[in-house]
Amino acid sequence: MVVVLTLISLIAAGILGAVYTVTAEPIQQAKTAKQQAAIQQVLTTFNRLETDTVNNLPVHRAYQDDNFAGAAVEASSNGFGGEIKIMVGFDPQGNIIDYAVLQQAETPGLGTKIVDWFKTDKNNQSIKGKNPGKNNLTVSKDGGEVDAITAATISSRAFLEALQSAYQAYAGNDEATNATTGATSLQPDTTAVDSLNIQLTDSINAIIE
Amino acid sequence: MKSLKIILNGLIKENPTFVLLLGMCPTLGTTSSAINGMSMGLATTFVLICSNIVISLIKNLVPDKVRIPCYVVVIAAFVSVLQMCMEAYVPAIYETLGLFIPLIVVNCIVLGRAEAFAAKNNAWYSALDGIGIGLGFTFALTLLGAMRELLGTGKVFSLTLFPENYGALVFVLAPGAFIALGYLIAIVNKMRKA
Repeated sequence: MVVVLTLISLIAAGILGAVYTVTAEPIQQAKTAKQQAAIQQVLTTFNRLETDTVNNLPVHRAYQDDNFAGAAVEASSNGFGGEIKIMVGFDPQGNIIDYAVLQQAETPGLGTKIVDWFKTDKNNQSIKGKNPGKNNLTVSKDGGEVDAITAATISSRAFLEALQSAYQAYAGNDEATNATTGATSLQPDTTAVDSLNIQLTDSINAIIE
Repeated sequence: MKSLKIILNGLIKENPTFVLLLGMCPTLGTTSSAINGMSMGLATTFVLICSNIVISLIKNLVPDKVRIPCYVVVIAAFVSVLQMCMEAYVPAIYETLGLFIPLIVVNCIVLGRAEAFAAKNNAWYSALDGIGIGLGFTFALTLLGAMRELLGTGKVFSLTLFPENYGALVFVLAPGAFIALGYLIAIVNKMRKA
């Protein structure tokens, strides 16, 4: 009885080990390919890439010859169904060029729309060309200027949260390179405070009502 | 003759979703679109065929007392193999199904067929039973997925049939899954009696 169960488990473990060795490389390749494709997608032309880490987030800074051409930042936050991982591309002024969703486990048909909702040019959906340092990129329910996905406000909030941390990493990086000017990045994190205020007033209103 | 009968048995007479009402969790969870339902069905079919064959081969070696743990180990091994292969070679589908792939292990259809069919029949018939039940499951999930996708978003297999604005969002959500499944079962029952 014990022997049979052990034997079966051993064989199963052996098979799994073999399959793991065979598939480990393609899995890694698929992930790297996806990351590379995402960098290509969210940035304009560049021919050199430097990767470093700011606030524990990978920042891929792109250069066209020796000119800074923007940066792609990976950031993540907790969505409705698990971690949302995105790649955001900023131009040298800090405006959003494009973004790509690397990983998400949101509700199919609702939260999964984050993949292209925020780049669709309709009403106030699109975040392309906006600057998280100047624009209040939170959902309109929280007083921001972005339309949340219908029936997926939590996913939308999580996405924008990741976007903010990506921008913080990007801006923090900026500060290091031009420490003398630094003006663009020396803004306090007002958006977070604002949204907190709005949440507070919201809940107070709810109590009053 | 018996081979054909086994396949048809799984597809129609003992359709796991519409007749046996087995494996409801992935049925309701993954059918938000036709393509998701179909991929889930095919993934389960693969596991069903493999586990049915292996279990029918080892059925005489396994003592009765530990047969369930043994079956679960076999099923879990195949699911993990499937998961790794999907992650490596079809990452797009792997991402949409995500959590539901490992959950095939606890899908009662798989263990149910191992216990009810594979443990009593030879490898050839067990494989056929896996194909039949698997295809029945795939058919049911695709149908349910297509129905929900159509009513919810106006699309089937991402092919737009009517504008999304006319769709009822509830069909994409979990309650819509119950409603759609209820009507499908009612229709199938009506047809079976007629």
